[in-house]
Amino acid sequence: MITDNNSAVQFTPERLAKAKEIIARYPEGKQKSALLPLLHVLQEQEGWTSPEGMDYVARMLDIQPIEVYEVASFYTMYHLNPVGKHVIEYCRTGPCCLMGGEEVYAHLKQRLGIDTGQTTVDGQFTLKEVECLAACGMGPVFQIREKYYMHLTNERVDEIIDELSK
Amino acid sequence: MATKILTEHINVPGIETFDVYRKQGGYTAVEKAIKTMTPESIVEEVKKAGVRGRGGAGFPMGMKWSFLAKPEGVPRYLVCNADESEPGTFKDHYLMKNIPHLLIEGMIISSFALGANKSFIYVRGELMYVIHILEKAIAEAKAKGFLGKNILGSGYDLELVVQPGGGAYICGEETALLESLEGKRGNPRNKPPFPAVKGLYQSPTVVNNVESIATTAWIVNNGGEAYAGIGIGRSTGTKLISASGHINKPGVYEIELGVPVEDFIYADEWCGGIRPGHKFKALVAGGSSVPILPANLALTLANGEKRLMSYESLSDGGFATGTMLGSGGFILFDETSCIVRNTWNFSRFYHHESCGQCSPCREGTGWMEKVLHRIEYGHGHQQDIDLLVDVAKKIEGNTICPLGDAAAWPVASAIRHFRDEFQWHIDHPSEATQPGAVYRGEMALV
Repeated sequence: MITDNNSAVQFTPERLAKAKEIIARYPEGKQKSALLPLLHVLQEQEGWTSPEGMDYVARMLDIQPIEVYEVASFYTMYHLNPVGKHVIEYCRTGPCCLMGGEEVYAHLKQRLGIDTGQTTVDGQFTLKEVECLAACGMGPVFQIREKYYMHLTNERVDEIIDELSK
Repeated sequence: MATKILTEHINVPGIETFDVYRKQGGYTAVEKAIKTMTPESIVEEVKKAGVRGRGGAGFPMGMKWSFLAKPEGVPRYLVCNADESEPGTFKDHYLMKNIPHLLIEGMIISSFALGANKSFIYVRGELMYVIHILEKAIAEAKAKGFLGKNILGSGYDLELVVQPGGGAYICGEETALLESLEGKRGNPRNKPPFPAVKGLYQSPTVVNNVESIATTAWIVNNGGEAYAGIGIGRSTGTKLISASGHINKPGVYEIELGVPVEDFIYADEWCGGIRPGHKFKALVAGGSSVPILPANLALTLANGEKRLMSYESLSDGGFATGTMLGSGGFILFDETSCIVRNTWNFSRFYHHESCGQCSPCREGTGWMEKVLHRIEYGHGHQQDIDLLVDVAKKIEGNTICPLGDAAAWPVASAIRHFRDEFQWHIDHPSEATQPGAVYRGEMALV
């Protein structure tokens, strides 16, 4: 692992220790396997997957920055642009729609005053679509960070937004 | 009382902890396997069990294991595919969240049988909270001597690593998963060589689904023959079915394979029937990729016999009148469902999730989505239905991985069975685009 004290992005000591532990999971010479987990750590700290952060991860793994960019841009979980404090990722796929998802998400957009892909003016909420969250029997569903919100209704959406807005 | 292999203890309070799981008989299979069995004898039991891969493809698990190349001095890997992302499928999520030690126990047994000293559980990144549950379970098992160096004093070492994905359905395809695990984009590999010969880090690798691996504890404890005695025909054992859509009791159910589809839908112990006041219109029996069936064909075979929840019965009649068990993602549609809209929704999913490596899939999924969108939104052309059939045909079988087939089958089958509904959208654009509009013409509602 390459240490990098001059980077614009630095992991906190706890996250650096976590990063070292992640890299050590893989066989000798296969440290690139740590890339996806490290991008999750980066995003958890920075809020998004910034270019400086990706360069930092590349140096950490001793790989070319392009190898990080091409991976980060392939997977939908990495936010390549700054996002709001709360990223709401709603499942737009069939089973959730059968359970009234489209109406609930329309209400959510109206409530926040933004469309999918946008962030509220106050920087509190970003709205993203996601394909199937593997909770089809509990739909409609959305996810905020690691928490699943299931069996959504317009009223429940309002409660969640009110709670997170405090 | 139907046999429960995976869910017998799932509702026991605290079952997610080592101590409670152990108290319910957990890890006795690991003890039996490591202390009294050889890797070869475990493989034999799994072969005898006849368990078929529960991720969707249904390939015999024991046979897959026996293909594993065993060159001297080369590490072998077991990789658990927990990238469950197929619309309608949420059983692995349920299993890992509620009873993580069942998977850990299965991973230890399977790794021992395959001669792997480092194994991976690749979990879709969206399930980060499940990843934490698994990591905690692994730490507990390690602290009790069931993982790590010299497991139970046997001299066998095993390290388990939980790997988060980054959000890509294609990583459920085994070679794309391996690419992703190596820190790359999830582009499927050409086969051969198969992972059993050159898999993770170009080493012999077995990739199995969560549910498949979780069955091994029961098989070791009870024997392959006992497992094969459950179920029907070549559909042995039990299967987790994740049920969603217009039913009274959505959820995950463990069934003995061979239960009539009709019973699964209407019995109180399972789906509890169609939601009140509505009728059964269509069924997707095994995840969004399998062909959709109208209600009458979902319940009965072409010869009038009851259709069963089994690999063979669901596929009876081929794609003309049958479908597939797939992953067990059971989505039921009542008469309020618009098949065109649902097909467009599924098509959008596959277009979004195509990795873009193969032209037929990259371009074809986009075309299908675009054509379906214009039909749904009242701009369909008369030739669009045939165009969709043609594009689906040109994708199917012409891609490196099965995502192309998965994208083509929902479209082709929806047109096969519900062509009138597509035609109605084209012929009546102003009606079809009204909010909640659904074709109410000739269809077999049950």
